[in-house]
Amino acid sequence: MNLEKKIERLTLLLRIDGELDMHTASDLRQAIDSEIEKRGIRTVILNLQDVQFVDSSGLGVILGRYKKLLPLGGKLKITNVPPHIYKIMELSGLPKIISFYIDEAHAYEEGRGA
Amino acid sequence: MKSNQITLTFSSIAENVSIARLLIASIGGQLDLSLNDIEELKVAVSEAVSNAIIHGYQSVPNNIVYLDLEIADDTLIIVVKDEGCGISNVEQAMQPAYSTDPERMGLGFVFMQSFMDELQVESKLEVGTTVTMKKRFKQTPISSH
Repeated sequence: MNLEKKIERLTLLLRIDGELDMHTASDLRQAIDSEIEKRGIRTVILNLQDVQFVDSSGLGVILGRYKKLLPLGGKLKITNVPPHIYKIMELSGLPKIISFYIDEAHAYEEGRGA
Repeated sequence: MKSNQITLTFSSIAENVSIARLLIASIGGQLDLSLNDIEELKVAVSEAVSNAIIHGYQSVPNNIVYLDLEIADDTLIIVVKDEGCGISNVEQAMQPAYSTDPERMGLGFVFMQSFMDELQVESKLEVGTTVTMKKRFKQTPISSH
């Protein structure tokens, strides 16, 4: 799994490339948590365009980051989800909890200036 | 479809979960399954193998996970076995959202159940857990020449 990181004020954008399973999930968790703790990141945007695979370990880390950000007044946003990945996410009920956007621009737009 | 049998044994380390997925994807390709079916098989195998490593062996790396694939008639049988700690209450473990770890979703068995035609879990404390999953597929018609 490769992570491309972009930080703009208190927003962390992560473009994830690869497979999200129990092996890569801990790297993703660490990458997000360290930015929340070190830089006080409050909005995390995950671009899943190049994610080829996800299972419950991957979904667990995403849900875990949402739960971590919530009491801090933060937000987790997901963009560019490929259809076969969305199917798995839908079965897990994740889209009922977490906000999905078609692209990064829409994710940045929502909540800006509020 | 000719019958076929493959057994893969591997160390209980996270890196090997993707190897288990590669194997099931290749078998799915040989059986002419749709990309969607192959994707679902990959998730089911990933969940079963992850459970064996994380729960069966408590993430201790020097243990062996057994993945057994069998094609018989129109059925693909996948068996994932560990010789780990076992599950004390299989029925409870298979409930949606049941998890021993707050970072995990407790969806492993839900995914296995949704994506396979049959799921059977046998477990004995201190002996291990065997997950048997079956998927029926359409036979490829025999070519005329």
